[in-house]
Amino acid sequence: MLRAHRYVRLVFRAPPPVVTVGRRFPKGGGILRASRRVRPRYAAGAAVIAATVLSGCGGGSPSALDPAGPGARRVEGLWWLLFWISVGVFAVVLTGVGWALARRRRRGEVRRGDATRFVVVAGAILPFFVLTGVYGVGLDDMSALTNPPAGAEPVTVDVTGHKWWWEVRYPATGAVTANEIHVPAGTTVRLRLRTADVLHSFWVPQLMPKTDLIAGRINETWLRADKPGRYRGQCAEYCGLQHAHMAFMVVAQPKADFDAWLARLTGPAPAPATAAERRGLQVFEQGTCAACHTVRGTAARGTVGPDLSMVGARWSIGAGAAPNDAGHLGGWIANSQTVKPGNAMPPQPVPAADLPDLIAYLRSLR
Amino acid sequence: MSTVAQQPPAGAEARAQLEERLERHWGERPSLRSWFTTVDHKRIGRRYVVTAAVYFTLAGVEASALRTQLARPGQRLLSAEEYDQLFTLHGTAMIFLFATPMLFGFGNFLVPLMLGARDMAFPRLNAFGYWIFLFAGLIMFSSLLAGDAPDGGWFAYVPLTTRPHSPGIGLDVYALGLLFFGVSTTAGAINFIATALKLRAPGMSLNRMPVFVWAIVATSFMVIFALPPLNLANGLLFLDRRFGTHFFDVGRGGDVLLWQHLFWLFGHPDVYIIVIPALGIVSAILPTFARRGIAAYPLIVLSLVAIAIVSFGVWVHHMFATGLPRLSLSFFSAASLLITIPSGIQIFAWLATMWLGRVVVGVPMLFVLGFLVTFVLGGFTGVMFGLVTFDQQVTDSYFVVAHFHYVLFGGAVFPIIAGLYYWLPKMTGRMFNERLGRWAFALVFGGMNLTFFPMHVSGMLGMPRRVYTYPAGLGWDAWNLLSTVGVFVLAAGLLLVLGGLLYAIRRGRPAPDDPWGGDTLEWVASSPPRPYNFPVIPRVRSLHPAWDGRTAASLAELDSFRTLEEGRRTPVTSELDGRYEWAAEMPEESIRPFVTAVGLLVVVIGLLFRWYWVAGLGGLLAAGTIAGWLWPPERTPEEAAAS
Amino acid sequence: MTSLIEPFEEATRPPALTAELPVGRTRGWWGMVLFVTTEATLFATLLGSYFYLRFQYGPQWLPPGIAKPELLKPLIMTGVLLPSSLPVMWAERGIRKGQRWRLRIGLLATLIMGSTFLALQGMEYASKLKMFTIRTNVYGSLFYTITGFHGTHVTVGLLMVGWLLAAALRGSFGRRRHERVRLTAIYWHFVDLVWVGILFTVYLSTRL
Ligand code: HEA
Ligand code: HEA
Ligand code: HEC
Ligand code: CUA
Ligand SMILES: [Cu+2]
Repeated sequence: MLRAHRYVRLVFRAPPPVVTVGRRFPKGGGILRASRRVRPRYAAGAAVIAATVLSGCGGGSPSALDPAGPGARRVEGLWWLLFWISVGVFAVVLTGVGWALARRRRRGEVRRGDATRFVVVAGAILPFFVLTGVYGVGLDDMSALTNPPAGAEPVTVDVTGHKWWWEVRYPATGAVTANEIHVPAGTTVRLRLRTADVLHSFWVPQLMPKTDLIAGRINETWLRADKPGRYRGQCAEYCGLQHAHMAFMVVAQPKADFDAWLARLTGPAPAPATAAERRGLQVFEQGTCAACHTVRGTAARGTVGPDLSMVGARWSIGAGAAPNDAGHLGGWIANSQTVKPGNAMPPQPVPAADLPDLIAYLRSLR
Repeated sequence: MSTVAQQPPAGAEARAQLEERLERHWGERPSLRSWFTTVDHKRIGRRYVVTAAVYFTLAGVEASALRTQLARPGQRLLSAEEYDQLFTLHGTAMIFLFATPMLFGFGNFLVPLMLGARDMAFPRLNAFGYWIFLFAGLIMFSSLLAGDAPDGGWFAYVPLTTRPHSPGIGLDVYALGLLFFGVSTTAGAINFIATALKLRAPGMSLNRMPVFVWAIVATSFMVIFALPPLNLANGLLFLDRRFGTHFFDVGRGGDVLLWQHLFWLFGHPDVYIIVIPALGIVSAILPTFARRGIAAYPLIVLSLVAIAIVSFGVWVHHMFATGLPRLSLSFFSAASLLITIPSGIQIFAWLATMWLGRVVVGVPMLFVLGFLVTFVLGGFTGVMFGLVTFDQQVTDSYFVVAHFHYVLFGGAVFPIIAGLYYWLPKMTGRMFNERLGRWAFALVFGGMNLTFFPMHVSGMLGMPRRVYTYPAGLGWDAWNLLSTVGVFVLAAGLLLVLGGLLYAIRRGRPAPDDPWGGDTLEWVASSPPRPYNFPVIPRVRSLHPAWDGRTAASLAELDSFRTLEEGRRTPVTSELDGRYEWAAEMPEESIRPFVTAVGLLVVVIGLLFRWYWVAGLGGLLAAGTIAGWLWPPERTPEEAAAS
Repeated sequence: MTSLIEPFEEATRPPALTAELPVGRTRGWWGMVLFVTTEATLFATLLGSYFYLRFQYGPQWLPPGIAKPELLKPLIMTGVLLPSSLPVMWAERGIRKGQRWRLRIGLLATLIMGSTFLALQGMEYASKLKMFTIRTNVYGSLFYTITGFHGTHVTVGLLMVGWLLAAALRGSFGRRRHERVRLTAIYWHFVDLVWVGILFTVYLSTRL
């Protein structure tokens, strides 16, 4: 068992050859080829990201790289700084690996040195300076994001997370809605975030980084959209079964439009205009709906579910679970559990004859 | 001064006699009973590896199911319930039941061998730890079969996981399962530290201890300090859920962020608990394939220790979006950036080792190179999260999922696979097929990047994590599809790895004792090692004992202090400089570790189903067995006279 | 033997004396110290959680309806538990000299003091349970969990001491064989010392 001669060799001068059993290592070595393959791949990856981003991501992607407000724009700048530093350091490391592989067949003595100085400089001192610089930038960004830029008097919105929808209140006027936050473009909006049950997180990638909704606390953040537009947001803290369907829409409007919208939301909901709608209101008030939902100016004053005073104009039903059209609305009312399994609204036994009227009424609420 | 030529060749006959005597004391006859009673660190280590590999496969299959569901928008292959249970169990199993135990398996097998010892410091505790691990895994996975697996995510944030929001049994399984498993990890950690401090071969001062062992020791110290917060958190959660306490109940004065602090006070060190032994594996393999000793050994050791310490000061970077005060955010941000420096040191030390040596690209080395490339990428995204505002933007998005799979797959799984190939000859006495290994590497490397790279993009495009489905038209579809394709490539590669290893074990050529020319002591033992590891305990004279002529010579001296053939004995040495102190008596096989573990299993099951009397009986069984286990052995007449 | 003149020789052979009596720390010592370290960390995080919850609670701690704890009983408990480390030390010293009687008497004394502590704790619980339970509010949860967890440790410690006493009566220990005494003593000292932290946290700190 003991083949002592093998241990006689002195370490640094003549390291033992690697004995291979089985196939010899192929000439021209696999990994070198592999690493040549690798580099283009990452380059391609980076290029793809860059291309996606430069094209503005089109198609309504809630991309953090397509910012529409000062908060997200600040972060985007930081990202590109970090991205290029990483590309640089990665290139250094890859070159290092490549060089070691390229030189592996050279002749001559193996060097004895311990490379301590090199390791300290390349591994500790240089990164230290890079990181210190980056940290400085980070601190700067942090204070920029803590305090909103000066400007017009901010609008305050109270947002409450529920399993699995968003309650939105405008304390200045008492207006209430759900899953949709209208804001005036170009104005800072102060958000007070709280939760009615478990943790959620408020995230509109194009406008502002996240802030969590913590049980027992009120967190504040702000956002500002430069231009009118629709910016998709989504709950980003896992909150149970329907965490996937807890999206919302930030709708930035010109100031005048926003004011008009808010005024409409503050007064009573539009009265039913047709016979069908009147009948629908009746079904709504007398059925189970009113126990859970509010429609302002009617007998429906429930607070378990979202306020429906303007449900006809909403971007979706069920916080992104289904598009807001008559068909889906009917399906939702009949059995929302097939659309959004586990949500807190039980299937409603609305007689088939009444359903079209109910739908017509709800769609008129806009 | 002592070269082999000067040593008189050890009498072959004397040596044969020695081996025979040792065999008598250490050998185990294969039998069903010995399967339950063995305390041999090599058998236990192999068991850890195999069991962890099985759990890896299960958790990987779960991941494939997740990815299949996410292949296209709006799919309904999995229900929300199923998806939530699967991703929770995937994460929990990968972290707790695969990564740590797999690395502990390597540690168990290798630490005594690398130290030149004959077993771990506490062999029976070691066996006990394995059984607990096995049972904890079985409990966790069987909850999935019962349809009520934990579904609160691997960090199980309250209040979602408290009784009102999660009434089923799933989160009890989580809390009790992790508490139970914690027993195993803690026992293992204590064992590693005591072994590394007391059982090193004579002459192996701390500055001659292999980097891998250093890594295991640093990890074990982290376990000692990191596991208590997790255990506390799970204990409190269980009390809240079962006995109506209010630690996390804001209505009665509790606080939900307490859970997050406790969890991440464990959780962040835990990710380094996973990666540090993996870095140790790299530091074992890379120098062998660079054919020179590792460069900047003191710096590497220091940086392992530094990571272990600093990692306790960064946990809040997982809570950057919870609305904590800015001052505390900037502190934890700085700490998170600081922790990259020791990692950087290691990367450049490995590069220097490769430059100064001459690289040979064997299959283990391929995986090490794969590790270098992917780990560095994952590290960079980690640094990005260190910056508070950037983290707030991408936290809980797929960008984070990309980060941690790059560091976990790149940083831990690649080294683990490299280690499986590298030590396969030592563990099984068989060689694997190079060519198959290369193909496997290509598929695993390609598949891994194809799976996880697109997640960076989908995360930046606003895709949150832990969603069981997503709508079309948000720019996420293509990236998710790519990811899903990737996992199948990856699975093919892993199957090839597995197939190659199994084939090697059944049909591989017999391995020589030292196929690679490694520098640590496991390579002077036979392949696979005898039950007593070394007929003569080596006398260590340098950091590279297997390359050192004098150490080799010491193996030929049948010095009775180092053969210790009377009874099961191994030398005990001093903590710092490895001076010989005395010869310790090692315990024999015993069924007690198994019985104790069964006792604790009964406790857990009793608590789970509210059969408290069953739990009580299990507790009695465990306590009684331990009492017998530790009962002092009969005194010899000499001792009785001496006292 | 050529090796006798090697300069490294002394590092790799047992010094003559130690072949007889172990010097230096044993594996068991390390095992116990590490175990106690991880346990101490657990207590530290538990007490840390107390202060965290207290400061999150707001200015008025204790919660309304809960009186500040009386100090007399806990101080008596302290007076019983803390000195119980002394007999263990005395016993350990004794057995090192081979005096088994000291070992037996010392362990018995500790056993008695520890049990008295537990009995007092039982009385303390009896009076507190009239005021609040573990389900009343977070203070109740903290109080019973912290003291109960410590009480469990005392119980385990007593089991160990009792087990040791049984072995001592059988004559298992002697001048050269008393490692288990030493290890149990470490655990017992730890259980004692932790009580000081608990006394401060649960009782004294409410008066600050
Ligand atoms: C093996 C596991 C592992 C490792 C090694 C790391 C390494 C690092 N991690 Fe990671 N991390 C996880 C596993 C790991 N992480 C997991 C599982 C999560 C998510 C948990 C969850 O939410 O489910 C997570 C999440 C996570 C977060 C929270 C993200 C969030 O949820 O919002 C943060 C924030 O700071 C972070 C930071 C870091 C940093 C700074 C490192 C550093 O240690 C990296 C250091 C390494 C390098 C940087 C590369 C090499 C260095 C050089 C080549 C030198 C030069 C470099 C520079 C100058 C930049 N990690
Ligand atoms: C070590 C840790 C580890 C590893 C290796 C992996 C591996 C993988 N992970 Fe995992 N993952 C986590 C840790 C890990 N993960 C954690 C902690 C989370 C967070 C959970 C949470 O949010 O709570 C997570 C979450 C997570 C998600 C996010 C879920 C969500 O947020 O909704 C996804 C989605 O794609 C995913 C995918 C994958 C895939 C495709 C693999 C693949 O690499 C898997 C490949 C494996 C196989 C396909 C099995 C095939 C194996 C064989 C055939 C045998 C091989 C055997 C040997 C070689 C011995 N993981
Ligand atoms: C037990 C309470 C309850 C009852 C009764 C109830 N709902 Fe709901 N409803 C909810 C909840 C909770 C939601 C939010 C579900 C979600 O998105 O997770 C909701 C959502 C809705 C939505 C979608 C709102 C939006 O903004 O996305 C509509 C429309 C709706 N309900 C209509 C009705 C009608 C019509 C009835 C009666 C026939 C009714 N509901 C009865 C609780 C109820
Ligand atoms: Cu609310 Cu996720
Ligand atoms: Cu971390």
